[in-house]
Amino acid sequence: MPTVLVFIDHPGQALHKGQLELLTLARTIGEPVAAFNGDLTDAVRTTLGDYGVGTLYRPSADLDGALVAPKAAFVAAAARAADPAAVLLPNTFEGKEIAARTGIKLDSGVITDAIGVSADLTVTKSVLAGSYTVQAQVGRGTPIVTVKANAVTEAPADAAAVPEVTTVDVGDFGPAARITHRAEKAASGRPALTEARVVVAGGRGTGGDFSPIEDLADALGGAVGASRAATDAGWIEHSAQVGQTGQTVSPQLYVSAGISGAIQQKAGMQTAKVIVAVNNDADSPVFEIADFGIVGDLAEVLPQAAAEIRRRKG
Amino acid sequence: MNIVVLVKYVPDAQFDRHLTGDPATVDRSESILSELDEYAIESALQLAEERGGPKAGNRVIALTMGPAAAATAVKKALQIGATEGLHVNDDALAGSDATGTSLVLAAAIRSLGDVDLVLTGMASTDGETSLVPAQLAERLGLPQLTFVASLELDGTTVRARRDGDTHSDTLEAELPALVSVTDQINEPRYPNFKGIIAAKKKSVATVTLADLGIQPTEVGTAGAWTAVRTAEARPPRSQGTIINDEGDAGIRLVDFLAAQNLL
Repeated sequence: MPTVLVFIDHPGQALHKGQLELLTLARTIGEPVAAFNGDLTDAVRTTLGDYGVGTLYRPSADLDGALVAPKAAFVAAAARAADPAAVLLPNTFEGKEIAARTGIKLDSGVITDAIGVSADLTVTKSVLAGSYTVQAQVGRGTPIVTVKANAVTEAPADAAAVPEVTTVDVGDFGPAARITHRAEKAASGRPALTEARVVVAGGRGTGGDFSPIEDLADALGGAVGASRAATDAGWIEHSAQVGQTGQTVSPQLYVSAGISGAIQQKAGMQTAKVIVAVNNDADSPVFEIADFGIVGDLAEVLPQAAAEIRRRKG
Repeated sequence: MNIVVLVKYVPDAQFDRHLTGDPATVDRSESILSELDEYAIESALQLAEERGGPKAGNRVIALTMGPAAAATAVKKALQIGATEGLHVNDDALAGSDATGTSLVLAAAIRSLGDVDLVLTGMASTDGETSLVPAQLAERLGLPQLTFVASLELDGTTVRARRDGDTHSDTLEAELPALVSVTDQINEPRYPNFKGIIAAKKKSVATVTLADLGIQPTEVGTAGAWTAVRTAEARPPRSQGTIINDEGDAGIRLVDFLAAQNLL
């Protein structure tokens, strides 16, 4: 059976949902092996085994002092060692960049933004801001694919493996920018925006008060998003922006509150399974794509809904 | 200093965009300079102006590749303030993927001789892959400072801030370097009348693949390392139920979510 190499970066105490999804997807193509960077705790090693990983490649050198280049050198070295049928990475900014450079190193094609990868390595992705779905294939070298969150539902393997660790020589990674300082952001306790099954997003109509948005997001166990107008106004951090120049999300449920739904915003969320819109302007374009729309004041509708959800959940 | 800014001619993202042909490629009629490239041009102009502008020998070279119409992107960059243009124009380029694009752009940058800084946007608004800046850094052997929201140049040291979901990194590298900027970095200027007139006198060099020593089979659809097999327009979303809040809309919203098994 061919192997599929998955890049796992700094899981911390437990593998993230996105990492578990990549391992689950890898098993539908071949035998998962991992290029692993960061501390390997016993719990993480056990989970890797539960997900069928029999071989773990670890780097010979520190990869965290410089941007992208060291990790690309490591993934390429691990791929040379594993000779996999494909390499899978998360579809983050960094994941795409590592894939980009690994592709040049391995003389291999790269496909980003995958929402599915079939056993014959046909990749499904949305293009032009979700207006087309294409099937694409890599025609040269080892397919390198960055996969979006929620492509599959994570599940452990039928039979657990015991991961064997192999160290691979990273070698000279070439010129790279030094990371001279890293400021960690405070954890919100909410799921990551791109991974969340539910996103509640606010825009200009919040008037700067995101508490009704956060309240409903928490009642639904979802992430908080925002329109560009809201992030440009400084009401919420830029990383919450959903849209053409922000994050693209495909959750099960997207609640748009106080957002008109111009093309810039639509580009980031129109592949959501169900869209709910709350806006006090009945002419907002967002209602054209909403499965359920409420013309009303978000500051009244959202808290009422949040309270009702909590009441029903007991 | 010599700064190269990459500019791309893309279909206007404010309107519906289409795939066409077999294999499917982006329909490039109704195209403009990619909005995200304007931030890179602005960063380049600010760095050049801080160093005395063109009079002090600072060059901002707008580089593009593509069919004849792609010159429009270069022209716009010149109107905004770039000092000169370079256009790789070759019919064989049509259908190039990121790998082919980065091959050509790397060769074009090398052909310019001493380049201190390569500046790009965070993505093109059509392909949206963000692969090209990292692949250029790999091919040119340059340190990459990418997706940055701030940029400063202190002598020959570049410093920048890259904001992620969980952390924010401060980056540092020596020139020459490759930098991609986000839409958070600045407010791009618009071309003014003076700029539009001045652009007519600026030179745009046009080169072919042969001039750069690249075989036509290495680029375009034929040389692509990835291929689109099928493309399907996403069915338009249809409007669902729209209600006016009569005081109980929050409850009715929860009823809807429960019916959709979303609670």
